[in-house]
Amino acid sequence: MSTHAHSDHHGHGAHGGHGHDQGHGDGHAHGSFGSYMIGFVLSVILTAIPFWLVMNGTLDNGTTTAVVLGLALVQIIVHMVYFLHMNSRSEGGWTMLALIFTLIVVVIMLAGSLWVMYHLNANMMPGMSHDMSRMP
Amino acid sequence: MTTTVNTLRSGDAPDFYVRDEVAHEGGSTALGFWIYLMSDCLIFAVLFATYGVLSTSYAAGPTPKELFDLPLVAVNTSMLLLSSITYGFAMLAMERGRTGQTQAWLAITGLFGLAFLGIELTEFAHMIHEGAGPWRSAFLSSFFTLVGTHGLHVTFGTVWLVTLMVQVARRGLIPANRRRLMCLSMFWHFLDVIWIGVFTYVYLMGVLR
Repeated sequence: MSTHAHSDHHGHGAHGGHGHDQGHGDGHAHGSFGSYMIGFVLSVILTAIPFWLVMNGTLDNGTTTAVVLGLALVQIIVHMVYFLHMNSRSEGGWTMLALIFTLIVVVIMLAGSLWVMYHLNANMMPGMSHDMSRMP
Repeated sequence: MTTTVNTLRSGDAPDFYVRDEVAHEGGSTALGFWIYLMSDCLIFAVLFATYGVLSTSYAAGPTPKELFDLPLVAVNTSMLLLSSITYGFAMLAMERGRTGQTQAWLAITGLFGLAFLGIELTEFAHMIHEGAGPWRSAFLSSFFTLVGTHGLHVTFGTVWLVTLMVQVARRGLIPANRRRLMCLSMFWHFLDVIWIGVFTYVYLMGVLR
């Protein structure tokens, strides 16, 4: 696996004419003033909308929750692209691979925990909640 | 320096590899630091999951709706977002080699970071004063752990920022300092990404619940 990636990397260096090769040592992409400003303006919009929705309560709770979660996801991607300069080429693709692996672990862990514990909670509810409220 | 001398004296294969590494010093720092950030991401994911499981266990205590002050959270969010963009400007100034400008933007970033911490600590103090400390309910324990861990990260990020400002003031924008500033930029932007999760999942959805 590792050998394969290395040969890939060197292959890139040899084909310098592709126009998107990066130096061997400096695999980190840099932003420009424009890209930072685009990221900032998008983030402001994507932050203002959910706060406004929740504080004004224009939509019903279910819809608001869905919109707020969706916008947060979009904003995370905006930050990744415009502030953290994520792309599939930096460090020969290894940063993206690490990110994807982490996201898979996080999704399994979050979804699993919430799912299992919600059902556990729901099944414990009838007897337990009464006992708890009577406790001193 | 010592490595070079050793290479010249013995000149066998292992020493050759050592010299090769020195030539590429810092080449993989960005990847290594990124992997650290991913492991940090897992810490936060665990805390988010804990909060998600415990966030409705009020133990007959205060609920998020009664506790959270959304306008204050909005101000706090904007502080962190502004600090992110000013750090970006510091990086742009660094790439152009302007030491003074870099330092100025770093100082502004630090001030926004301190403002964020100040507001967060005020909020915590207010909640504790009302008797809604981490001991009150499982919801509040997990809330203080999650938001407190993020705040602790911002605190250490600010300490790191001041350290780097001193480094830049003494040695200028040498390659080592540029590398350090690049790492801190990833750290700082990463904390802002985590904060998106916090204000969405903890504050906004807490008030909606």
